[in-house]
Amino acid sequence: MSGEALVSARGLSKRFVKKPDLAGRIAGHLGAEVREETVHAVDHVDLEIKKGEVVGLVGESGCGKSTLGRMIAGLLTPTEGEVRFKGKLRDALSSAEAHAARLAIQMIFQDPFASLNPRARVESIVGEAPVVHGITTRSGMASYVDDMLRRVGLDPEFKRRYPHQFSGGQRSRIGIARALAVNPEFLVCDEAIAALDVSIQAQIINLFMDLRSEFDLTYLFISHDLGVVQHITDRVVIMYLGRVVEAASTDVLFNGPNHPYAQALLAEVPRISTSKRTFHPIKGEIPSPLDPPSGCHFHPRCPHAFDRCRNEVPVLKEIAPGRISACHLNDG
Amino acid sequence: MTGPDQGATEPTLAVDGLKTHFFTKAGVVKAVDGVSLHVNPGEILGLVGESGSGKSITGFSILGLIDPPGRIVEGSIRYKGRELTTASYEELRSLRGDRIAMIFQDPMMTLNPVLRVDTQMIETVRVHHRVSKAEARERARAALAEVGIPSPESRLKNYPHELSGGMRQRVAIAIAFINKPDLIIADEPTTALDVTIQAQILAEAQALCARTGTAMIWITHDLAVVSSLADRIAVMYAGRVVETGRTADVVNAPRHPYTRGLINSVPSHNARGSRLAQIPGMTPSLMNLPKGCAFRTRCSQAIDACLEAPPIREIGPGREVRCFNPVAVAQSATVEATP
Ligand SMILES: Nc1ncnc2c1ncn2[C@@H]1O[C@H](COP(=O)(O)OP(=O)(O)OP(=O)(O)O)[C@@H](O)[C@H]1O
Ligand SMILES: Nc1ncnc2c1ncn2[C@@H]1O[C@H](COP(=O)(O)OP(=O)(O)OP(=O)(O)O)[C@@H](O)[C@H]1O
Ligand code: SF4
Ligand code: SF4
Ligand SMILES: [Mg+2]
Ligand SMILES: [Mg+2]
Repeated sequence: MSGEALVSARGLSKRFVKKPDLAGRIAGHLGAEVREETVHAVDHVDLEIKKGEVVGLVGESGCGKSTLGRMIAGLLTPTEGEVRFKGKLRDALSSAEAHAARLAIQMIFQDPFASLNPRARVESIVGEAPVVHGITTRSGMASYVDDMLRRVGLDPEFKRRYPHQFSGGQRSRIGIARALAVNPEFLVCDEAIAALDVSIQAQIINLFMDLRSEFDLTYLFISHDLGVVQHITDRVVIMYLGRVVEAASTDVLFNGPNHPYAQALLAEVPRISTSKRTFHPIKGEIPSPLDPPSGCHFHPRCPHAFDRCRNEVPVLKEIAPGRISACHLNDG
Repeated sequence: MTGPDQGATEPTLAVDGLKTHFFTKAGVVKAVDGVSLHVNPGEILGLVGESGSGKSITGFSILGLIDPPGRIVEGSIRYKGRELTTASYEELRSLRGDRIAMIFQDPMMTLNPVLRVDTQMIETVRVHHRVSKAEARERARAALAEVGIPSPESRLKNYPHELSGGMRQRVAIAIAFINKPDLIIADEPTTALDVTIQAQILAEAQALCARTGTAMIWITHDLAVVSSLADRIAVMYAGRVVETGRTADVVNAPRHPYTRGLINSVPSHNARGSRLAQIPGMTPSLMNLPKGCAFRTRCSQAIDACLEAPPIREIGPGREVRCFNPVAVAQSATVEATP
């Protein structure tokens, strides 16, 4: 693995503002206090991914993983901050460079159904872009598509079908085949294998690992499956309500998370158990990104919270080489 | 919390010899080809199996949601003794969303992209129950809170695209739970949820079953979830159930070679960074299955007899396997008990 950063993000933020609806606006005119609701989906995130690295991105549902992933992939414009690809600002790329970057960075979407054109056959979903970009020829397309489908464990005979004629897991593999078909350098995988059974998951993970060792393919791997994250990533970034709270190499992190949220998260890794168990929902209210807690966002649920946590946002600090965490406990 | 004993009460749902085929231009896709299963009041049945093995189509068939060129060609589906395969459209419609609910694998099958969350949830309540709009809205708010959605009052006003993937999934779950149905078919309901929220949903599901006697079919590929949630497991392969039994029995001592392969592929059974064990070969095309046992070309246990189709056989009380040469018990004990 070389030291060069393939992608880097600085101070990246995304805010979604919801205007009051008609009823709210009328109420506002009548003097009621109506405010716009703002979701700080991503709040000043820095992230650097080296060539050939596999970085895991984990955190509670709604904490901003997909939003961050889409900004990094260039599919969503940040409210603030910048993204660089191979050292160059995304906005400053020449049109030829921007074109190349769009091909080099591919995203596998969390929701495969919405991201596949329902009126296109699998053949053109997977094969059209490689033909347009000269990766294969029109006459070579059929066998190119066959090969891509086989790689993700789908029968090439499926290529005449439309997306709705597939099972959930088959559909998500079409999304994977489409992304791989243009020979990307960087893949943002958003819950890419969540819909797959373990055996096919294993096949796809093995494929990802092969592509990495063969072509130095780089990954941002968004997943709630901590077993898979532990298995394939080099480094893990943990988010909580739009902010990064801890990042460290996978081994170090799984051996002993520093941030109290990371500790709570890793304690929950599910294992195959042989007895039925009763599930206990987490203690404390899940905070809302519409109205995040003051200071450290985690304080209402943190067993170690003290006064300072309510008033002051903890900053990310290097607590060991290559390891950062945002918790006031590290100061004491 | 265990479901009542088999046979003691009438099962909430009994599916027998169900065949659902798609008559496509390229040929007949036998998506479901002889599935039998049942689930009792208050019981959770885990339905697991390879991608494309027919789990979702089994669920769609139960709800009467198969569209041409697909068709139920054989078999029976009885809900509390009532035959559903011959039920009228009206009859099915009044059951759907009220007494029988499905949580779809893709939440956008439940959610209408152009309607706000509150509109959809209020509609689901009011179509089946004569309650005021305010009362329906309150039920909707409570249902969102139960599935762990923070600020439910504000979220009611969101459109689906304004929610994260996991929130959409939870809204779909809330809609399925809202009328406290007798039967819920949950199709991969927690795939995109982190473990803490997953635990909350599973707790909610367990409580609902225990409290109201709701029966559930929980379709999932996640053996960790199913092993701690389900009372019984049915494993599907290529349109058929190949193994059933109590959860602990199936997970501790899988007897079908496919089930064993599935359990061995779980990442926590493999060293970090190593290649994961995967079942050799590829899922066969349903239009062109191997002769005899459909798993034959990938099976390390295959013998000559497997050129014939194996029947499902009872090998213990409530324990069935569709295999001529099942995995020996000692050999199959792959999972150590977790404390
Ligand atoms: N409309 C259709 N036309 C033709 N074949 C179909 C159609 N819908 C589904 N199939 C096929 O039927 C089989 C069973 O699909 P089903 O959706 O039940 O699988 P599944 O077990 O739910 O898989 P997954 O875990 O991937 O969701 C698949 O092989 C699929 O390709
Ligand atoms: N288009 C949008 N309009 C308004 N709000 C949005 C939009 N997209 C996302 N959000 C909000 O931003 C926040 C972060 O969403 P995001 O999809 O990034 O979460 P996530 O971490 O990927 O969650 P999940 O694990 O559930 O997929 C959520 O509160 C969500 O409601
Ligand atoms: S800063 Fe305070 S509240 Fe936040 S994680 Fe650390 S101890 Fe807990
Ligand atoms: S019947 Fe034969 S081929 Fe099929 S699973 Fe059993 S041993 Fe394997
Ligand atoms: Mg997401
Ligand atoms: Mg399915």
